[in-house]
Amino acid sequence: MRICLRKVDLPLSPAPISICRMTIRTARPNRGQHFRPRTHCLNKLESIVVEMQDPKSGVKGSEQKLNVSTIPHVITGKDVIAWITNKMKTTPEEVQAFGTMLVAYGYIYPLQNHKKLVLCNDSSLYRFQTPYFWPTQKWVAEDSDYAIYLAKRNIRKKGMLEAYEQAHYSHLHDWLNHKWDFIVMQATEQYKAGKERNKPDRVVFDCQERAYWIVSRPPVSEHCCVKSNDPNESITTISTNIFYQQAIMRSKVKSSVSLGALTKYVTTYKNHDPFLAPCLPSNPWQTDHDAYWTCNTRIDVPTKMRVERWSFSLFELLSDLRGRDDFKVFLKKEFSGMPPHLMRHLSNLAFWEAAEELKWGTASSMTSKAETIFKTFLAPGAPRWINIDGRTMGLTVKGLDHPHRYVLEAAQTHVFLLMKKDTFFRYLKSPVYKDTQKNALSPAPHNFSPAQLEQNAQNRSLGVHPVIVWQQEEEEKAKAAAASAPVDVKAMMSKIDRKK
Amino acid sequence: MRSPRVPEMATQEVQPNETLTHLKTESDTLKTKLEEERAKLHDVELHQVAEKVDGLGQFIMKTRRTLKGHGNKVLCMDWCKDKRRIVSSSQDGKVIVWDAFTTNKEHAVTMPCTWVMACAYAPSGCAVACGGLDNKCSVYPLSLDKNENLAAKKKSVAMHTNYLSACSFTNSDMQILTSSGDGTCALWDVESGQLLQSFHGHAADVLCLDLAPSETGNTFVSGGCDKKANVWDMRSGQCIQSFETHESDINSVRYYPSGDAFASGSDDATCRLYDLRADREVAIYSKESIIFGVSSVDFSLSGRLLFGGYNDYTINVWDVLKGTRVSILFGHENRVSTLRVSPDGTAFCTGSWDHTLRVWA
Repeated sequence: MRICLRKVDLPLSPAPISICRMTIRTARPNRGQHFRPRTHCLNKLESIVVEMQDPKSGVKGSEQKLNVSTIPHVITGKDVIAWITNKMKTTPEEVQAFGTMLVAYGYIYPLQNHKKLVLCNDSSLYRFQTPYFWPTQKWVAEDSDYAIYLAKRNIRKKGMLEAYEQAHYSHLHDWLNHKWDFIVMQATEQYKAGKERNKPDRVVFDCQERAYWIVSRPPVSEHCCVKSNDPNESITTISTNIFYQQAIMRSKVKSSVSLGALTKYVTTYKNHDPFLAPCLPSNPWQTDHDAYWTCNTRIDVPTKMRVERWSFSLFELLSDLRGRDDFKVFLKKEFSGMPPHLMRHLSNLAFWEAAEELKWGTASSMTSKAETIFKTFLAPGAPRWINIDGRTMGLTVKGLDHPHRYVLEAAQTHVFLLMKKDTFFRYLKSPVYKDTQKNALSPAPHNFSPAQLEQNAQNRSLGVHPVIVWQQEEEEKAKAAAASAPVDVKAMMSKIDRKK
Repeated sequence: MRSPRVPEMATQEVQPNETLTHLKTESDTLKTKLEEERAKLHDVELHQVAEKVDGLGQFIMKTRRTLKGHGNKVLCMDWCKDKRRIVSSSQDGKVIVWDAFTTNKEHAVTMPCTWVMACAYAPSGCAVACGGLDNKCSVYPLSLDKNENLAAKKKSVAMHTNYLSACSFTNSDMQILTSSGDGTCALWDVESGQLLQSFHGHAADVLCLDLAPSETGNTFVSGGCDKKANVWDMRSGQCIQSFETHESDINSVRYYPSGDAFASGSDDATCRLYDLRADREVAIYSKESIIFGVSSVDFSLSGRLLFGGYNDYTINVWDVLKGTRVSILFGHENRVSTLRVSPDGTAFCTGSWDHTLRVWA
């Protein structure tokens, strides 16, 4: 029962610029989150709503007396819930959530308590919204429509508007002032046309219209979840074709191999995942005690879990600064003062660190960093000469003529591979690592009583501000630079960066 | 920045319609061939491999903190490397830095624009970046002085021709990667504001991006309104892999912790897992009862769990290997717009249109 009271064609007068800015509209289709097509999920929703209204297998409706009128096709909340439960076969909470979505998006509206857009699992009364007012319809709930609606209600009965509606009305009156005559005229027309309908129809339509505006212009305290809009795009076919050709040529791995690797990763890290295994001594978010964080900073004695994690890959070892420290201790102990072919283990790490600084550094520091790295690691007879294959060395040195942040990529990858395949395994078998493992802590799990948990919640530690930690680390680097010989290239890099 | 347009073929003597049809037929043929190549190496399904893995037990995940303070919809959030601080941005232009552990607000900045859709914490913890409808990404250095006006030290870094949808620092405070409604992504030098590399290939707005956690750290993935998820080489600006299996806009992409796969969340109400080495989609996480779009996804530390924030106000937790839903969490009173797991995996934080953020563990 659609009542065709659509807005009469507005004279298309160009809107003043001030209005455009107020309603976040740009010339291009604006895809910000407030104007995104949600039609995909709404289409699915609609097919379900249509099913619900099937005379045989849908939700059963009946006539209900409301105030003085009789309203047809009224359904109860619990019938809707029962139908959804039967259809979806899932938990009560999910059914409840889904039902509430139907109300929140305006497909079903409540007859009592019309401002609260939830589905109640009891004998609360609801009606299906007429398709005319569904959110997927092409017309946007514009401000001028809303103004007409409010004006109409004002004509019908003065003082009928609620406080939030009154606020909207005043606002709209201000900035739609230039077409207020038109709005009042429309409102009067609609009001007159409404009066000519018979009472039950009028009551039903009023309910539908009111429900629509509750969803599209919710009271300030409520949250509006309905947005709208459309447009579309086109594809550049040529580049797409080239891309497909390249993709066909690209080497791929068998599913069993790659999926096996993904599964292996999960198994390796299972005990380190706080959602899968308890973190010791306790998860700070659960007990309000931050011991887990304080014992995992860059302290002297790490935990057993942390030390175990270093053994998973060189990447893990180097990513954890404490692990990297341990690795450096090993390198110094094992290779200092050794013949050059073993000293390279030390220079490899230093080179890798310097290359990282170059890659992630400021654009302006590229040239000076590249120069320093060349002098220290790559030039013939350099103090920390890295032993990479001739071809890579040739390419790298050539690239340094015009340094850019990826100029050391090939050399860095090569060095990293050497460390991964050789140095890393020596480290894992070394006395340094075994000692660190032996002395590592195994914090006992916390066992707080409810009273203690209360205490913890009252006394949450403030920790150290990251800015302070960073300042301390920079000081450490500077000290290390001064203390070590030959020149700690990494610290020099940071100094160059800081000077800029 | 140039944006993708119809090929120049239209200006040549040949009838443009004929050429385009021909090209499109070629496209379809190539696409089929690519699928065949991929299928040749597809010898097992993920859930088959997962049969040997133990099932997961019951989970008790609760809201441990509720952060109230934003006056409007929360659109984005990011964790600090210290595992307890977060930065969040909202529709009213406010960007707030919180110590989520104590729930104290530490810094607040009011941006000159509304709809701040992207925010990121710098790796050092000393700055935050944010942007939105102003088409820019700005960096604010944080100071210990509470009275200092952060807006005074603001540095404008990125400039796009449409809204900024996502931003992320790389491994240092010196570079920022951004994605925009103008269909491009870009890499910027923070100090000079210089554009280092731009990435063209999406046919519509790019909505999300994530940097690869690999040892080489040279790639990132982006997802857009053209239903495509693209993997890019940061050095050359080339798109090296592309996946188009979603049925609607991709709102969020996130790498698997090993860097060999990534997950995506879309308006088509599904999350999908893509294997980069096998070059194919390997799992779809969906249910008939889940109809509303996914706004953001993230993995737990081991990669076993995938958390998804949905537009029906819920959070669904998926078993990545077995493909089943492990848990559904309620609490927010409007759509969940952003979700990130903390750096050490002890909790995850969600931001919602109900003006609050919640930390769950």
